[in-house]
Amino acid sequence: MAIRVQAQPFDPGAEVNAMHAANVGVGAVVSFVGYVRDFNDGLDVAGMFLEHYPGMTEKALAKIAVEAEQRWPLLKLEVLHRIGALEPGEPIVFVAAASAHRQAAFDACAFVMDYLKTRAPFWKKENTSEGARWVEGRASDHRAADRWKA
Amino acid sequence: MSINVLFFARYSEAVGLDSMEVEGDFATVDAVRLALASDPEFAVLNEASLMCARNQELCGLDEPLQAGDEVAFFPPVTGG
Repeated sequence: MAIRVQAQPFDPGAEVNAMHAANVGVGAVVSFVGYVRDFNDGLDVAGMFLEHYPGMTEKALAKIAVEAEQRWPLLKLEVLHRIGALEPGEPIVFVAAASAHRQAAFDACAFVMDYLKTRAPFWKKENTSEGARWVEGRASDHRAADRWKA
Repeated sequence: MSINVLFFARYSEAVGLDSMEVEGDFATVDAVRLALASDPEFAVLNEASLMCARNQELCGLDEPLQAGDEVAFFPPVTGG
């Protein structure tokens, strides 16, 4: 498992290719890429700043990844999250799960994203046409995470 | 006992601090929160959606504390 929290941009295509490059036993890779949009909750968004909790962020992501590895037979799992200043169109988050067959990879990828959205200490501050504002948490994210409870 | 308290994002802006040391006899994370929130400048800590962590792990407000712990208060997370 690989956890990366970084200010540097990344290439999602290269990350996907790396998921199976070193292991021909991988039969399925499912990936998710989240991007900065130029519009949110009725306002144009010119960019955003991603604050995080150094130290806890990495631990929280690792804990989520370990749980995913315990629940599904994964061959590789990667979680990559940007911090700092981002512009519309830039990738913010990348999650990819590799497994022998597709279902484990689909489920693990969705699980990691749902838990990341509700448990990893990141906060988005948008630079909008009417000034800067903190993005509010969404109840729908909690409902999505709740579906994985045993 | 001494507890290192951290604030993030909107809460950090509201209280005007990233971190502070608090001294007192705090049994739980909520005891720290209540002691701070008695000051109107820390009223943001009364929000129902407040999240908290002890030693960099999410916890409930009833989480017990030990001297030297790191406690963090922050609004709902919005990564991804």
